[in-house]
Amino acid sequence: MKLKIPEQEIMSCGNVACQGCGATLAMRYALKALGKNTVLTIPACCWTVIDGPFPHSTVNVPLFHTAFSAAAATASGIKAGFEILGKDTNVVAWTGDGATYDIGLGTVSGAAERNDDILYVCYDNEAYMNTGNQRSSSTPLKAWTTTTPVNRPKESHKKDIISIMAAHRIPYIATASIAYPEDMIKKFKKAKDIKGMRFILVFCPCPTGWKYAPQLTVKLARLAVQSNLFPLLEIENGTKWKLTKKIAHPKPIAEYLKPQGRFKHLNKKDTAEIQQIIEADWNLLLKKIEK
Amino acid sequence: MRKVLTGNHALSYGAKLSRAQVISAYPITPQTEVVELLSQMCASGELKAKFIKVESEHSAMASLIGASAVGVRTFTATSSQGLALMHEMLHWAAGARTPVVMGNINRAFAPPWSVWTEQNDSLSQRDTGWMQLYAQNNQEVLDSVIQAYKVAESLDLPAMVVLAAFVLSHTSETVDIPAQEKVDEFLPTYKREYKLDPDEPHAFGGLTKPDNYFELRYKIQKAMEKALNKWEEVGEEFEAFFGRKYGLVETYKVSDAKNLIVSSATIASTARNAVDSLREKGKKVGLLRIRVFRPFPAEMIRRILSSVDKVIVIDRNIGFGSSGIFCQEVKAAMYNEKNTPPIFGVIAGLGGRDVTSKNIIEIYEDVIKMEEPESDIIWKDLKI
Repeated sequence: MKLKIPEQEIMSCGNVACQGCGATLAMRYALKALGKNTVLTIPACCWTVIDGPFPHSTVNVPLFHTAFSAAAATASGIKAGFEILGKDTNVVAWTGDGATYDIGLGTVSGAAERNDDILYVCYDNEAYMNTGNQRSSSTPLKAWTTTTPVNRPKESHKKDIISIMAAHRIPYIATASIAYPEDMIKKFKKAKDIKGMRFILVFCPCPTGWKYAPQLTVKLARLAVQSNLFPLLEIENGTKWKLTKKIAHPKPIAEYLKPQGRFKHLNKKDTAEIQQIIEADWNLLLKKIEK
Repeated sequence: MRKVLTGNHALSYGAKLSRAQVISAYPITPQTEVVELLSQMCASGELKAKFIKVESEHSAMASLIGASAVGVRTFTATSSQGLALMHEMLHWAAGARTPVVMGNINRAFAPPWSVWTEQNDSLSQRDTGWMQLYAQNNQEVLDSVIQAYKVAESLDLPAMVVLAAFVLSHTSETVDIPAQEKVDEFLPTYKREYKLDPDEPHAFGGLTKPDNYFELRYKIQKAMEKALNKWEEVGEEFEAFFGRKYGLVETYKVSDAKNLIVSSATIASTARNAVDSLREKGKKVGLLRIRVFRPFPAEMIRRILSSVDKVIVIDRNIGFGSSGIFCQEVKAAMYNEKNTPPIFGVIAGLGGRDVTSKNIIEIYEDVIKMEEPESDIIWKDLKI
């Protein structure tokens, strides 16, 4: 069946994001899928600013700003409040990778273990972008950030948050990309109707932090999927892994790395090493995928 | 109905009678019994509340702020390290104007580890925008939870009911448990004016520039000032309903007193015995117990203290680098008065060391010999 993308724009066109911001597209698509009966809670992240300063707000659904590490817990509390009042409202924690992979990981894990009835979204731009591009544990290996300078770029791997979440055996986990809005909206719609903790990781390139021309945001997001760097998948109950987009002929990672200033210092050996890691990760993933 | 209850269970009953709708808590000694009983009450259906068993105190407070923003009544309890871990969210609760009510059991901070009572945990949250109330017995613990909701929800300010570790938390006393119908009449359902509601979407707590932030802080202060009257008013209303009177402060034998002991919580209740013994010896001494610490009842304290010869403030806490915290507050309140008596600051009972009636008599007899305070701190029974 062909998916119809809702025409209604819940998010207004005015906001204070950088040009070419991937995270604004993510919100736009997410709200299209979730509809107006949604409440957002947002911790410290780019979206704290993007939504607009008081008294403005671009999302047109209730938004409760919360502390950096507190999004999942705040969402659990909001949901409990609605439940006790007998109201069925989508409660969404909308967070960046700093809040999810680092400072709020314990809180996310807590909500997941309790299987609280919330949708937890991480829009992943792979560093602390709101504070000016410092490395997070989502920053990829060898990337430049302001705290991993080019003479000593990121020395550790990007944290595998999806496997961490899968280990909690929550009902639904998905990866999504702003370059594949149909796939993304389908996943958000599906997540909306599932009870319990749902986790969606949205890959959101960031021109300001990754140092590329703003018009390349969607292209880079697509290349990340096409090179198997960011596979689009779904996991049910932490055990049933399924690819939602199969890439027949994966593109070399060099195509993805090249336009980005954060990888400008890489030599051929570095690129080859990254290519090998992607292939190894892909082979590991294939072992988990349902045949 | 009268029942023998620990201070911890008095907190649980207070929350139950107030019909808390969302409870969220993390265990810490000596608070665990509070949440164990509430868990049982929720499991049996005796209390119709959602209990979120969070993974940290920070999350306990975060979740209650979220629930409170939806417009439901919320409760948690913690102590010491747990309260300190909540610190960021305590500011958040006050800034978001969510009237969360919490029990805090005063326990000394580590290191070194201690589980015994001291007030530094709650007093170091002094400037978070939470109202703070120090109870002297288990009846007051239960009654104060109910009153705290009434005051908190009328002004959109969070409130902390504070009790001493073990001295109250684990000590059983006879407590009158008011009838649910009467509590319902005294404390109606919480109605929040600005709440999270998809039918009326608003953003709460977004980036606010200096041209508006300043006034939002002013409004918190104004609410705190209003709370002074509100605690008195609610205390009187509570008396009309339940026959027990509470106010911002409590005085004992002050009308003809020449010298006053000022203290809080369980040291103040012990000091009542000390006052009786000293009176038997012909000493004209009285007691002022500060019950509500935030907002600070400065005006009332000025009225009571300006007519006496000497004031002795006993603190079970210390503001390192300064002096006892209640003493600092009392001195600040008296500073612009014409007739300010000398104020002697005594620190006693840190880390839960007993402060007995005999100790308080000794404090009085030692201090009263001095003309003026020789230092900001008089240490009671220091061993070095």
